Amino acid sequence: MLSRTADSLFWLARYTERAGNVARGLGVASRMAAVSARLGAEADEWRSLVTATGGEGAFFRKYEAPTAESVVHWLVFDPDNSSGILPCIEAARRNARAVRTALTVDMWEALNDTWNHLRALPPEAMEGEKLADFLRWVRERVTLFNGAAHDTMLRNEAWRFVHLGTMLERADNTARLLDVKHHLLTAEEEGAVDYVQWQTVLRSVSALRSYQWIYRDRLNPRRIAELIILRPELPRSLMACFAEVAETLEAIALGHGGRRGECHRLAGTLQAQLRYGRIDAILEEGLHAFLTTMIERTAALGGEIDAFYIRH
Amino acid sequence: MGAASSVPQARTAAFDEMRAEDGVRAAYAEIDRWLRATPREQLDAKRREAELLFRRIGITFAVYGEGGDPERLIPFDIIPRIIARSEWDRLALGLRQRVRALNAFLTDVYGKQEILRAGRIPAALVLENEGYRSEMVGIAPPGGVYTHVAGIDMVRTGPDEFYVLEDNCRTPSGVSYMLENREAMLRLFPKLCARHRVAPVGRYPEELLETLKAVAPPRAGSDPCVVLLTPGPYNSAYYEHCFLADEMGIEVVEGADLCVDNDVVYMRTTAGPRRVDVIYRRIDDEFLDPSVFRPDSLVGVPGLMGAYRAGNVALANAPGAGIADDKAIYPYVPEMVRFYLGEEPLLANVPTYLCDREEDRKYVLSNLDQLVVKLAKGSGGYGMMIGPHATRDVREEFRARILAKPGDYIAQPTLALSTCPTVVDQGIAPRHVDLRPFILSGKEIRIVPGGLTRVAIREGSLVVNSSQGGGTKDTWILEDEGPDAPEAALQSQSQSQSQSQSAGG
Repeated sequence: MLSRTADSLFWLARYTERAGNVARGLGVASRMAAVSARLGAEADEWRSLVTATGGEGAFFRKYEAPTAESVVHWLVFDPDNSSGILPCIEAARRNARAVRTALTVDMWEALNDTWNHLRALPPEAMEGEKLADFLRWVRERVTLFNGAAHDTMLRNEAWRFVHLGTMLERADNTARLLDVKHHLLTAEEEGAVDYVQWQTVLRSVSALRSYQWIYRDRLNPRRIAELIILRPELPRSLMACFAEVAETLEAIALGHGGRRGECHRLAGTLQAQLRYGRIDAILEEGLHAFLTTMIERTAALGGEIDAFYIRH
Repeated sequence: MGAASSVPQARTAAFDEMRAEDGVRAAYAEIDRWLRATPREQLDAKRREAELLFRRIGITFAVYGEGGDPERLIPFDIIPRIIARSEWDRLALGLRQRVRALNAFLTDVYGKQEILRAGRIPAALVLENEGYRSEMVGIAPPGGVYTHVAGIDMVRTGPDEFYVLEDNCRTPSGVSYMLENREAMLRLFPKLCARHRVAPVGRYPEELLETLKAVAPPRAGSDPCVVLLTPGPYNSAYYEHCFLADEMGIEVVEGADLCVDNDVVYMRTTAGPRRVDVIYRRIDDEFLDPSVFRPDSLVGVPGLMGAYRAGNVALANAPGAGIADDKAIYPYVPEMVRFYLGEEPLLANVPTYLCDREEDRKYVLSNLDQLVVKLAKGSGGYGMMIGPHATRDVREEFRARILAKPGDYIAQPTLALSTCPTVVDQGIAPRHVDLRPFILSGKEIRIVPGGLTRVAIREGSLVVNSSQGGGTKDTWILEDEGPDAPEAALQSQSQSQSQSQSAGG
């Protein structure tokens, strides 16, 4: 496959997934901010979301404080934020347009319809009272796109680069979301607010119900960390995402007669580390330190994939 | 040049392709019944549906740098334009002949230059032309084919009168509309389509691929690697580039995806470099290779011309093919047919005045109010004046321009372009149309029966270019007689899925 095509497929999937993750994060933060307002901790919620999406520096150069208005603006519309919902959909569609021939009609139409609809939507329809509906719509559109890819793409190299992008982005998002809340899962004492916060952490990776299904017990920070980091059953866990990443890279290598590079080694190491990791050891080492390493190595893996397949 | 008086002029009533004086022409009988039976609201609903369809598939025409929406839709008119099979067959014969002559001319001017030595075309007109690429001298493309894909723009002025308005021998576009318009008609009006015997156009991509494969270097074997080279997503025809590549199952590449090593062209793939044999290029000559043509080209491939010269890669269309469609060369095409083929031209040219010639210029300047004046190098309907529709000021402006740079202008009588019924705001009204059929030349010449019909949506307008607000129609080549066997062979009713989940116990 043409390297540029692989690059566009990979980023098309990353941007789409990112738009969905930001929508999920914003939805959870809005809900949490409503609860925290009474406790005067509203700004913390918004701040941690900005941090989790990786744009803290740029945000504070532009806005004075993280408020509902400024953060929604930053994460939905702001053209300066390449991780905002609108810029992500725009970038995804730009990539899709560049490789239309590699997409199925269903994938293209799912994305192109989203883009056409967004273009015609007045800003009022994405703020205030309408925000929650808008965010749900974005998540639905991302689900539709992922479903279209999953259901209609040939299982060839094009599919593998799309899947690789989705999974790498998802791993990055999970690690970041968990990292901004790490203190909640390692605090010595627990309070009423913490319980709500724990729910929030689970909701932000769509795992509140999953927790109950797996543990059938009250929320407990150690288990929450275990679920989100190590459990292969949870589709957004680090373990699940990296298993897919490693498997997909392996499938690409097999298609090229076993040609492998640093990206394969790194992906395999990450997968093994998660597969054989134990939550107590991770917590003992320090959750924040562990997650920071994961975030850095995810970025490094993205760089190695690029170096090996795209810009060789 | 020939006298203009023999050509139907715009002042006379235009030929209506549907209505003759004594009623509706046979080919349009069914369309006429359909239009009478269909209420206006229904037509409007179908028009909206068509627009949605095109928007949804993303069939857009990119217009950058003019403000407004950069991704525009070309208006699609839902009433098909009909040409009878017998009329088409005559046209097709003429088109084959013309393209054979154009390719022979190109082989000659980059080779022995016999037509110039015979004095049938002024040598300076060719050799000093911007479209002439001296870099091509001494290169013999496989099979002597330079213009593998030619778009010949035809206009009609009467029941049996067709004229070639211009030849497009470089990178003619629009064929995706021919194909998508048909798809749209089959989706929107399956019954209407089924009541006609329309010649199918769907094989075009296959024919194009065959044509491209046929000119591959011999070493490529039976399965050459063919790619389409595009300037990128900002090009107005980008949709078409992707569409055609997709239909042919080949890669769309940009300049940066290709590299040349030791006179061999490779594309960068995830599995490493892969050798390329044939490039269907949709970028202009000047941008092909910055080491030979424009050094500031960012969309080209350095070293490409070297690989081409070495015979390691085929380029379609060949660089330098543009000399054959130059507007100053156009008046000589009938002469080419006689010179190379020893035949009389089957297709007529529109009488053309070259402002560079004193006699012609005199005629043009004293008849500005009746002539169409065009830039000899222009395309897309830019920089032209339609005399009868122009204001005095505009005519005077063109007079000054012609006097300043006579070589830049040609003039032709204002033809009374034929009209077809078209849905407009006021109802259904005749609008002027032209036709661009696509002629493929590889080992043999292939023409898919049909073409792109462009329609000037504005009342009275003779400018059909999409950059000037023109629209398109589906073009139906209709079998004259025989039983009503529909083209879209109605799929046999397939069995419906019979299984369903059993109710839970």
